[in-house]
Amino acid sequence: MATKRKIGVFVCHCGGNISDHVDVEKVVEGVRGEPSVAVARTHMFTCSDSSQQEMIDQIVEEKLDGLVIASCSPKLHMFTFRGMAERAGLNPYQYVHVNLREQCSWAHTGDKIGATEKGINLVRAGVAKCALTVPLSALRIETQPRALVIGAGISGMRAALSLADMGLSVFLIEREASAGGWVSETEMMGPEGMHGPEVIRALLARIDAHERVMLYTEAELIERSGTIGNFDVKIRLRGSEEIPLNVGAIVVTTGFDTYTPVDGEYGWGLDGVVDLKQFRQMLTAGPLVHNGKPVRDVVFVYCVGSRQVKSEACPAPHAYCSRYCCTAATYTAHTLHQVAKQTGQAVNQYHLYRDVRTYGHMEMVYEQARQEGALFLKWKPDTPPVVGQADGRLCVTVKDELGSGDSMEIGSDLVVLVTGMVPRLNGDLNSLLKIPLSKDGFFNEIHIKLRPVETVIDGVFIAGSAQGPKTIAESVASALAAVAKAGKLLKKGYVDLEPLVAKVDTDKCIWCDECLKACPYGAIEKVVCGDKEVAQVLAAMCKGEGACVPVCPYDALDVEGYRDDQITAMIDASIKEAAIA
Amino acid sequence: MSLSVNKDHGPKILVFSSNAISDPGIDLAGSAHMHYSTAVQVIPLPCSSGVKPSWSVHAIQKGFDGVFVAACGGDCAYLSDCTGRTSALLKRAQEMMKESDISPKRLKMSGLCSVCAENFVSHMNNFQEELKKLDANA
Repeated sequence: MATKRKIGVFVCHCGGNISDHVDVEKVVEGVRGEPSVAVARTHMFTCSDSSQQEMIDQIVEEKLDGLVIASCSPKLHMFTFRGMAERAGLNPYQYVHVNLREQCSWAHTGDKIGATEKGINLVRAGVAKCALTVPLSALRIETQPRALVIGAGISGMRAALSLADMGLSVFLIEREASAGGWVSETEMMGPEGMHGPEVIRALLARIDAHERVMLYTEAELIERSGTIGNFDVKIRLRGSEEIPLNVGAIVVTTGFDTYTPVDGEYGWGLDGVVDLKQFRQMLTAGPLVHNGKPVRDVVFVYCVGSRQVKSEACPAPHAYCSRYCCTAATYTAHTLHQVAKQTGQAVNQYHLYRDVRTYGHMEMVYEQARQEGALFLKWKPDTPPVVGQADGRLCVTVKDELGSGDSMEIGSDLVVLVTGMVPRLNGDLNSLLKIPLSKDGFFNEIHIKLRPVETVIDGVFIAGSAQGPKTIAESVASALAAVAKAGKLLKKGYVDLEPLVAKVDTDKCIWCDECLKACPYGAIEKVVCGDKEVAQVLAAMCKGEGACVPVCPYDALDVEGYRDDQITAMIDASIKEAAIA
Repeated sequence: MSLSVNKDHGPKILVFSSNAISDPGIDLAGSAHMHYSTAVQVIPLPCSSGVKPSWSVHAIQKGFDGVFVAACGGDCAYLSDCTGRTSALLKRAQEMMKESDISPKRLKMSGLCSVCAENFVSHMNNFQEELKKLDANA
């Protein structure tokens, strides 16, 4: 470095959480002699208001140009101290956080010498990194007050309306000829008995009347460029007309598909073997009749296409639970009971299940089905029910695990396969949006609990069953969560992005395209620089994960904050012997 | 309180963790007071797909006995093929180590999730044992 740095090092006692197991004064002594360290001291609680004020005063008085705080995990207070640095007039990216609690004192209770030596090394590494920091500023991007919602099922419709109610313009696109998705085909929705098509009609009426929602049906996304806050997209209408749009955020609610059994799977293909959707349609058509005869016995087989185990017959299993089907099937039991009562039919119901996962309030649906006489028999995955034909009827053989354990045969007029949800085949959409898929094949959120509707593509949100199996209520809840995130982004008018992204050393780069191939985010482009072609990083699209860095044969790439010189200096500082008396 | 008698902390291990996935797992080991050697030191990075092979080689040359890449594994939020990319880097680093007469066994990786605290501790203990054997046979 050309000029000597003036770094302040503050080591936290954390009340004793650190200082009981690490001699914090010795840590301070251990780094005080470092040439770039101007100030080194301890605080009882660095995060307290008074300590923060003292540190701010010291930063200002001593004209510090770097800051290292050794305290708890950065997950807790990195942003606290970045903010503090900023208040002290120091660039927040010249602050380095050292994890002295979770990764030192708490992990090494009872070894104070060892922990202190390690603590000194950790802080030295932090100082070494800090000495090489440069001021960085967040990338501020203006956001456009418009949103694109892809998929006009219940989730997309609710999301579009709610975003429009916030004052944003919304383009809602639907691949099919009409909006409504699966709900528009579900006449009886459990547990309240709502009528799907009516729910959709009501939403559609509101959308039609809303001046800020534009619904396009038979519409597909065919192009997407730009970044968070400012995406250029192109929509193809009815296979020909193309409409360019500019939006600030995208909400993806493309829904699911239902599992289609393979021929012969639980008798699929035999006369009288139907899936749950087909059976529900039969129920809406008056007395339950099959082949002109009243139906007396119905067998339901649960978990068809869900919780599958890999085998020769099933090389690409759907290993997950589809969540909605137990409730849907037990609610159908109730509906069948009602229909039979109205038409004076006596119908026996047999529900062959693996586990009944009617969680939360939906347990009451299951309870009601049992009270109304539906019989539930549990089978194990290694002895699944077998559906065949006997005496001109269907015949299901099942081993009742909770009863005698013997195999029993149930003669039946209809066998209903309770099929699960599978990821929707979205054609080119996946490659256009670049949202990672989960191992189950659905769109993947950043964190299932902490960031459940955000994706690694900033400004692109996911909701509903496009993200994984969900009930209608869960889908709408996640749609409104996505509305909250997208709405916050667009209403604020701008977004600040982390500047800790990749950068290219144009002296070293000769454009070999290795970085381009390594980047899944389209953040690398070729530009002319002087008399040669080099790579350039589109900062707003770069995620800063650094996959391009090690693949560059010319060492021309670095991620800011984790530059090669910084990591090397940290390694060197970490290994220096810490001599403590 | 005076400092207790110093102990042998075993082979020195440098761990590269990832901010969002394995580093919280290592934090959790500390929060649960699961002890591991103080000779283990962590440098957090955004993602294990960004660990330069030269860093691992440099660490060994400077005096670390082993380098452990606590990879994002299947949980990586950035790359669905993070594990494949990280292992390719590891292989490259091991080739470089061989060229510098360093045993490639000094470099290890394993996917470590954000709650894999016990896993981390057993990895560290096992790796230290392996490194001890390596040095005993050298």
